[in-house]
Amino acid sequence: MIKNKSILFNRENLGDCLAIALNKNPQDILMEIRESNLKGRGGAGFPTGTKWMLAAASLANKKYVVCNADEGEPGTFKDRVLLSDFPDLVFEGMVISGYAIGAQKGFMYLRGEYSYLLKQLNDQLEKMLKEKRLGKNILGKGYDFEIEIRLGAGAYVCGEETALIESLEGHRGEARNRPPYPVNTGFMGNPTIVNNVETFVTAAIIMSRGGEWFTKLGTGKSKGHKLVSVSGDCEEPGVYEVPFGISINELLKMVKAKNAKAVQVGGASGYCACEGEFERQISFEDLSTGGSIMIFNQSRDMLHVLRNFMEFFVEESCGQCTPCRIGNKKLLEGVEKIEQGDCSLSYLRELIELGKTMKIASKCGLGQSSPTPFISIMTNFEQEIFSQR
Amino acid sequence: MIDTKQNAMTEEIEMLVGKYGRTRDALMPIIQNIQVNHGMVTDFAQQEVARMLDVHPVEVYGVVTFYSFLSETPKGRYIVRLCKTISCDMAGKEAVARAVERELGVKFGETTRDNKFSLEYINCMGMCDQGPSMLVNDLVFTKLTPHTVVDILNRFK
Repeated sequence: MIKNKSILFNRENLGDCLAIALNKNPQDILMEIRESNLKGRGGAGFPTGTKWMLAAASLANKKYVVCNADEGEPGTFKDRVLLSDFPDLVFEGMVISGYAIGAQKGFMYLRGEYSYLLKQLNDQLEKMLKEKRLGKNILGKGYDFEIEIRLGAGAYVCGEETALIESLEGHRGEARNRPPYPVNTGFMGNPTIVNNVETFVTAAIIMSRGGEWFTKLGTGKSKGHKLVSVSGDCEEPGVYEVPFGISINELLKMVKAKNAKAVQVGGASGYCACEGEFERQISFEDLSTGGSIMIFNQSRDMLHVLRNFMEFFVEESCGQCTPCRIGNKKLLEGVEKIEQGDCSLSYLRELIELGKTMKIASKCGLGQSSPTPFISIMTNFEQEIFSQR
Repeated sequence: MIDTKQNAMTEEIEMLVGKYGRTRDALMPIIQNIQVNHGMVTDFAQQEVARMLDVHPVEVYGVVTFYSFLSETPKGRYIVRLCKTISCDMAGKEAVARAVERELGVKFGETTRDNKFSLEYINCMGMCDQGPSMLVNDLVFTKLTPHTVVDILNRFK
């Protein structure tokens, strides 16, 4: 359930997204998504229209659509809510994108932790097949598209699109070098678009409400509304629909958080904002997030929080590139040193430099973003952390 | 005896290969099925999958050891996975963990002597608004307290 009143994720007066889309030609769908300025909802924020157009431009015979339902970022659960409440629109979004780029097959990569949703998702597919909204000759428009659900097996890194494709192909979930990007060389070497669950639902809704309507929501560079998953120290944790541009303070009020001293925006790999930064905005221009917001009140020890995050990254690093495999270990050891009270300021500076190097040198988003909590927490809470030890 | 067991495993894998195909991308669904049915993917099963998909056994071993939901060692019939990520941690994971350990008489990372329960920690399972949370095989339990978690485990005993 989305906790507040939704504008974007609202079924009232929503037309038949799939029928509306299939009545257009693929080119018009691509233009509409591009004009809506929809950016990827998984966190990276790549323009969806551009991604689809690149895949559509390819002359390859086989193309694939992949729905990234491997929501693993700590503190994120909005895709779980979408898969429970809007499974029809998730799948319709996949069909629409397939029609737009010229693909005949789609995969949903569902994280193993959500396997309890598998039955109802398969039932939904079954229902769509019966209603001719999936399969052969969809809605009598002569377009064929099938969807298969594949389960993940408990690996955070598989949320990274190339690691996800490796996993789909039956390999260890180790990220590939990019370029080539999946839109050129994706599943089995074929052009593949990988989009987040929320992106597919939003794209389907745009088909009915129109790209122009969508651009009226949000800020200059961040159009539309975003689902955020709020957890931690607040009275009303849950999934909320917020306009881009909302400040942390406004959000805290919405979820009834008292005495907040820190807000982690974007999950374990995100930025930890301190009280002085609560006027900052949730948007691609300022603090970007795939949906995770975690709140910490005055009673929390931020070093304990940081330790929790660094343990997570040490466990979840796939281990193929050195900056991530060794770097995260070094940062965790640093946290332990600080805990024991024998980390010098010079060594802390070195660790922060190491973090910056990891951001540049790591192969995929995991190692490129895992130093972010270390750097932001140690910068924003250095005095507090050292004074307690 | 061992031969019959192995023959049964071979037959099972043949059936899975019939369902999912012999291409490399069938590997994950096949071994996920074996994992669910047997609580592990034995050396023999890995070799049989490799033989039938025509890949090197090391490739299969590499996959089995990469994913935390796949295992090459035996596990209990019920795998209890308690979320240890920060939101569940702040909601009282520690007290729940200790209650589970005391109740079953084993620590996290271990399996009970009757092979019924294995205790593991899991990273964020997306129930952060309802922590502390855990999975027992593929069933989700949320808002745990030391008392409710014990009641839940008793249902599986």
